Amino acid sequence: MKRHLLSAADLTRDDAELVLRTAEELRSLADRPIKKLPALRGRTVVNLFFEDSTRTRISFEAAAKRLSADVINFSAKGSSLSKGESLKDTALTLEAMGADAVVVRHGASGAPHRLAHSGWVRSSVVNAGDGTHEHPTQALLDAFTMWRHLGALDGRRVAIVGDVLHSRVARSNALLLQTLGAEVTLVAPPTLLPVGIDTWGVETSYDLDAVLPKADVVMMLRVQRERMNASFFPTAREYSRRYGLDGKRMRMLQDHTIVMHPGPMVRGMEITADVADSDRSVIVEQVTNGVAVRMAVLYLLLSGAEGVTGTDESENDA
Amino acid sequence: MSAYLVTNVSILGGEPTDLLLRDGVVAAIGSGVGFETGASAPSSTTDGEVIDGTGLVALPGLVDLHTHLREPGREDAETVESGTRAAALGGFTAVHAMANTEPVADTAGVVEQVWRLGREAGYCDVYPIGAVTVGLAGEQLAELGAMADSAARVRVFSDDGKCVSDAVLMRRALEYVKAFDGVIAQHAQEPRLTEGAQMNEGELSGRLGLTGWPAVAEEAIIARDCLLAAHVGSRLHVCHVSTAGSVEIVRDAKRKGWNVTAEACPHHLLLTDDLAETYDPIYKVNPPLRSRADTEALRAGLADGTIDIVATDHAPHPHEDKDCEWAAAAFGMLGLETALSIVQETMVDPGLLDWAGVAERMSYAPARIGRVADHGQPIEVGAPANVVLYDPSVRRVVDAASSASLSRNTPYAGRELPGRVVATFLRGKATVLDGRLT
Repeated sequence: MKRHLLSAADLTRDDAELVLRTAEELRSLADRPIKKLPALRGRTVVNLFFEDSTRTRISFEAAAKRLSADVINFSAKGSSLSKGESLKDTALTLEAMGADAVVVRHGASGAPHRLAHSGWVRSSVVNAGDGTHEHPTQALLDAFTMWRHLGALDGRRVAIVGDVLHSRVARSNALLLQTLGAEVTLVAPPTLLPVGIDTWGVETSYDLDAVLPKADVVMMLRVQRERMNASFFPTAREYSRRYGLDGKRMRMLQDHTIVMHPGPMVRGMEITADVADSDRSVIVEQVTNGVAVRMAVLYLLLSGAEGVTGTDESENDA
Repeated sequence: MSAYLVTNVSILGGEPTDLLLRDGVVAAIGSGVGFETGASAPSSTTDGEVIDGTGLVALPGLVDLHTHLREPGREDAETVESGTRAAALGGFTAVHAMANTEPVADTAGVVEQVWRLGREAGYCDVYPIGAVTVGLAGEQLAELGAMADSAARVRVFSDDGKCVSDAVLMRRALEYVKAFDGVIAQHAQEPRLTEGAQMNEGELSGRLGLTGWPAVAEEAIIARDCLLAAHVGSRLHVCHVSTAGSVEIVRDAKRKGWNVTAEACPHHLLLTDDLAETYDPIYKVNPPLRSRADTEALRAGLADGTIDIVATDHAPHPHEDKDCEWAAAAFGMLGLETALSIVQETMVDPGLLDWAGVAERMSYAPARIGRVADHGQPIEVGAPANVVLYDPSVRRVVDAASSASLSRNTPYAGRELPGRVVATFLRGKATVLDGRLT
């Protein structure tokens, strides 16, 4: 693996499968009475969150702590965009404190990339979601969840439905799932698909009902109601009617098909409560898997070739 | 006043000859002229400095219609003095200073201040551009007539950085400046289509998650403004044309005989949007870097005269405004010291433009559009001695630290470019000699 995890595109198929296998090993920890490994003892992981995201932060925090790393949470709400301390100065501060890995969530696309490549810090950088760009550990935990339910993803059909334009989850998933051999279909109204999506190598559709019967996985994306104020769709009700997953649409799915959501859900908007709480829904399991996958990522980035799995850490981005 | 005899120099790429600059004018041209040639006036010196012009091209002093000098208000980024020093090093003898200073150049007082600072600095002539609207706010016309009548004699008006997006206001501005032969230089950017825009809208913006700046936002305004200029019979100048579609619209307007001129920036001729993939905001500029097809259309348009001029859009920014995440960074890049080299690389070397063409696009035409009488004249006996000597045969690696600008935001740092400005003369006085400021 590379030294940083900035984009799902940084992962080769071998890298991604190594993460999944490592996560599988680490996940079994969750069933033991003592949920802790000494693998990262003495290492420091900084959670640098410029955006509020309690769920992602505590997932990374739990992951680092279960590997015995020291964790520093740095909530720098309000980036240099809003008169706070600049990203660079924050990074220099953390570097001075001896961080081994920086897990960064930032509202600006590319901020983790800047952190990793501007010579500000020497530590490994993990992108925990940047603007409307990527969220690679989310894609890994999603793939891990699919893999546990469906086995190998080659040829599996994954429908990702909703606000693709503003979704870092969709971008990372589209990249990673293709790396793992799945066939991805992005479903959204035309206003919520980015320009140039024809070059992503994925299928696109404006018609959810046509896609559902063939899907092995349906992943619903969060859709903010405020988008209707910018005319991306007329009303929340119309959005739900055309692109929401309700009980009626759920009955179109194959028996083995699972329903996913990266959270936080807007119940009644993109997904109804009966679907979210149904047997097909693996939404809660995604959260559990998130900790295991993030443990695997931190472990592989920080401890390299030694240990449980044997990895080859090569520095591809000097 | 000292005199300069440039021997064996190629004027506009022609046969080598000798060129005598004396008393602020081109005193003589021809093989074998000497300091005594035509020295009839009592004040004329009969000695001076000889410059070996072998291998050098003599061009009329360059005129930039689009420079940000930042003074008053952002003297941390650039001053009139530092900006004009950079201009002289780039071969310019005149620059037009954009109005988006703090305070905005929307009154006679501010434009006269900038004009005086230029005269005091003495490295090149500074022609202030007046704001079209008060505070660049796009709501109410600034006192265009007062700026035109001021000592600065403003003829170019622009809200550059912002678009005069209100169609009625744009129409009125175009009409109003006819009274003093002014021109509206439009920053063509439909504001609603570019809210939060960060880079060219295309495949890459979608992938990088950076909000797109679609070509249509530029083209729609240019099309509207061409129609307005035709309707009211006014002069329109289009700033920093960046897309193939814009070139097509301007070409069509010219074919119809409308009084429309347009500029292209060196960076839009050379650089493309794939540089945004680095997330390094040194490449963040407005309008954004576009696709390869766009740069090729701009080059073709500049070659066939659809694009009248090259203008730098020299936009200095302090280091901290570029040493940050992309979205937080300022738009703009330096341009004065590299413009001629980039025109050589993109236009001259590929055979799209000869040196006479470069003189037209970088000196004569911008002076005509800006109604600047003392610049943009052919190198002929009796013309003001505004001349640049350029060596197109050398190559150099751009070193940001050596720039005369107070800022360092050049996207060309470390890049090898052809050519070097050897000397610049402003009314016969050397501002640059042997590639260095005098």
